[in-house]
Amino acid sequence: MHNLSITELVDGLKKRLFSSAEITEHFLKRIKDLDAQFNSIISITEAEAMAAAKVADQRLAADDAPALCGVPIVHKDIFCTNGVRTSCGSKMLDNFVPPYDSTVVANFRDHGTVMLGKSNMDEFAMGSSNETSFYGPVKNPWSVDCVPGGSSGGSAAAVAARLTPGATATDTGGSIRQPAALCGITGLKPTYGRVSRWGMIAFASSLDQGGPMARSAEDCALLLNCMASYDSKDSTSANRAVPDYSATLNDSLKGLRIGIPEEYFSEGLNKGTEQAVQNALSEFEKMGAELVKIKLPNTGLSVPAYYVIAPAEASANLSRFDGVKYGYRCDNPQDLEDLYCRTRAEGFGEEVQRRILIGTYCLSAGYYDAYYGKAQQVRQLIRQDFIQAFENVDLIMGPTCPSPAFEFGSKGGDPVAMYLEDIYTISTNLAGLPGMSVPCGIVDNKPVGLQIIGNYFDEARMLNAAHQFQQATDWHQLSPEGV
Amino acid sequence: MKWETVIGLEVHVQLATQTKIFSAASTAFGAEPNTQACAIDLAMPGTLPVVNQQAIDYAVMFGLAIDAEIGMTSVFERKNYFYPDLPKGYQTTQLEKPVVGTGAVTIQLDNGDTKSIRIHHAHLEEDAGKSLHEGDFRSGVSGIDLNRAGTPLIEIVSEPDMRSAQEAVAFAKKLHSIVTSLGICDGEMSQGSMRFDVNISVRPEGVAELGTRTETKNLNSFKFMEDAIYLEVERQIDVLEDGGDIVQETRLYNGETRKARSMRSKEEANDYRYFPCPDLLPVVISDEHVEQLRAKLPELPDARQARFMEQYQLSQYDAAVLGSDANMASYFEQATAKSGNAKLTANWVAGELSARLNAENISLAQSPVSAQQLAGLIVRIADNSISGKMAKQVFESIWNGEGDADQIIESRGLKQVSDSGALEAMVDEVLATNSAMVEDYINTDEDKRKKKLGGFMGQIMKASKGQANPQQVSQILAKKLNQML
Repeated sequence: MHNLSITELVDGLKKRLFSSAEITEHFLKRIKDLDAQFNSIISITEAEAMAAAKVADQRLAADDAPALCGVPIVHKDIFCTNGVRTSCGSKMLDNFVPPYDSTVVANFRDHGTVMLGKSNMDEFAMGSSNETSFYGPVKNPWSVDCVPGGSSGGSAAAVAARLTPGATATDTGGSIRQPAALCGITGLKPTYGRVSRWGMIAFASSLDQGGPMARSAEDCALLLNCMASYDSKDSTSANRAVPDYSATLNDSLKGLRIGIPEEYFSEGLNKGTEQAVQNALSEFEKMGAELVKIKLPNTGLSVPAYYVIAPAEASANLSRFDGVKYGYRCDNPQDLEDLYCRTRAEGFGEEVQRRILIGTYCLSAGYYDAYYGKAQQVRQLIRQDFIQAFENVDLIMGPTCPSPAFEFGSKGGDPVAMYLEDIYTISTNLAGLPGMSVPCGIVDNKPVGLQIIGNYFDEARMLNAAHQFQQATDWHQLSPEGV
Repeated sequence: MKWETVIGLEVHVQLATQTKIFSAASTAFGAEPNTQACAIDLAMPGTLPVVNQQAIDYAVMFGLAIDAEIGMTSVFERKNYFYPDLPKGYQTTQLEKPVVGTGAVTIQLDNGDTKSIRIHHAHLEEDAGKSLHEGDFRSGVSGIDLNRAGTPLIEIVSEPDMRSAQEAVAFAKKLHSIVTSLGICDGEMSQGSMRFDVNISVRPEGVAELGTRTETKNLNSFKFMEDAIYLEVERQIDVLEDGGDIVQETRLYNGETRKARSMRSKEEANDYRYFPCPDLLPVVISDEHVEQLRAKLPELPDARQARFMEQYQLSQYDAAVLGSDANMASYFEQATAKSGNAKLTANWVAGELSARLNAENISLAQSPVSAQQLAGLIVRIADNSISGKMAKQVFESIWNGEGDADQIIESRGLKQVSDSGALEAMVDEVLATNSAMVEDYINTDEDKRKKKLGGFMGQIMKASKGQANPQQVSQILAKKLNQML
């Protein structure tokens, strides 16, 4: 049952082949039996899930069922859930129970999904390996010695281990695409503004974007149909109609122009990964697409620019965690300064503190122009690179990340090595473009991903291409051993 | 040495919107602590701001009223600092691109001259909450009330164009007059609706270069502001004349002790690390919208004063007093429409009523005497139904909620007796029962007789229980006594 796709689950529920209660119980049991190995779930919401499944079954019986009625899902623990602890992977929010739902969670509720639990993540979404979580690292289901990627490593591992058919995730510099690639699943970061950020705990507001993870593009389309919305509570939300992403999945790729940026095939790229990506591109050619060499000359500047802008925004976004109103507060504060200093020193982990310090420094008097101001200029250049490229091509493709999943601790001592993990994904966040990762091969017994970058609000075309690729290949069907 | 004072003002004006600048929580004053703070105001994780269009419109209206450049694209920024009553750890404000650019405000000086004070800019921002250190809070524990957090403000920043406390107060009062006339602020100083930060420096007369300035923060009355300026100017001159230097610093003035102290020096000042707020888009205002707002601008104080002089024949002084305050102006016009006597109405509104409101420390909006009721009283003064002295008693009774002027005059029998037959009878009786006084009057030298009239008047007024019309009585008395000579 856990190998069924979301599409098949929706169909089976409608035909009463099984009930939502049955599949919910099945996935909850898998989480309880198997997740000790992976640590992908922070909170299991069993009682709420069974109650929601019961309601879903009643609605299905009454033929009053919304699109995803009765389908189980896991939400990344960055999305606020009314009455359910939302930790953001941090000690700071270990005791935080929001009295409101994020718009994403509300949208899924409205579409009848059943929340199984909240997934593990890098603390405040800061990390590429899921090693910074207060709740311990997530293990990659393909190899438990390896990282699942981050920051949405819990969601990716849970989908890969078949603990849930789909999950929500967020992507600030690659946090959906990189773990999707490392865990052999499909994940999509939509255009900035497509998915509401209301109730999604902010890391870097101008870059953060929620998106779906599932095993296939077809399933991601179903999830995005319900996840994307215009939200008047988010000033940066895009006020434009949400297309039916499932409707165009089977369009022909004949004549599709795919841009191949030469900067994405440079030195740091693992040979096996490169070969897998080249093989995937050949598949697209076979389907009638045309490969076009393009240049994105400012790609090299994306990591440094990102590591100024994202920490700068984070340093302000995380100021609210001060021990005054909610969340962690240090014991016996001596005075106000002691309350602030110890609450934040004890409540935040090392990586979060590092980024707050970087961001604070970059915004400081005398440094603003050299760092933040310059980084914003670089951001414009990167955006221009893409706008120019999209004048000639429909999609851009390349590797999602430089290599397959690495072992725990292998980059822990060197933050910059870890930051380079996102070298191919960060540019799209800076430009606000949509990007996705689909499994395209196995290297060293571990999956690698093909990245598909689309033009603004062109998610339908990305999903169409990804689905056609998945019709022609079966990389997305492979599962980790023992799962 | 003669010293010149140089003053610039930063004025925080709370905008009279129903809801906060970035949330739907109410801005009403005086609620139980933390009952008007929603998840956004509390900076709960994941919450996001959405700007209140009304606040933007109000700021633009202010800009139009002072003939300022309007920022067609203005940008909210984050001003970062930690304080318990600042829930997000940053204040959302504007810096590089404010909604209102350069403009000017004209003030009137005591000698009747006018002076233009330049406005550097005015920007939109959110107010902070309040820290409570007294009352229920035991020593070492403070309370936080976030009801005020997120209340929309415009901060109006002047150029250092004022040269005395009087000019600064005139400027502050003029701003008060403008924002209340626009209806964008309730003007309630005691509730913190307008707060002043005063930048003060002194320099030897004739020197062009500005002296080192200090900033005295958070003054919430014109009186405190004036006093704080006097104190600070005196202090600075003393320091300089003793050969010392002025330290650039922020100072706090205590209105109760009438003393000021240093709060922090420039070296201790925060680095606020401003940067554009990524949660809010730049605020873009169309020319069309600006023109719609311009068309709807209400009458401004200068225009209203001119109209009062023209339409009601008021003196410049009365027109200034009544015309500068939008509420008072409207009260005056309502009362005049009913009383038909602008001059008398002006005297009563600017005189007795204002004095009484000030004494009780309440605003005109809370006045127990309505414009209709005051007009009713004025009608009876004008038609001689009651004397001026009685009018004050009647006013007192209206104030105390005892009814309208006519009801009070009627029920208390206060109506002035002006019937000449009745008055003659009264005079005759007093003259008949006081023959000794009459004798005395007749025997007094002619030039001293006038002084003796007062005794008769007193007797007659007493006999009439004060209701006799004194002018008429005086005429009748003089006539009768003269006949006896």
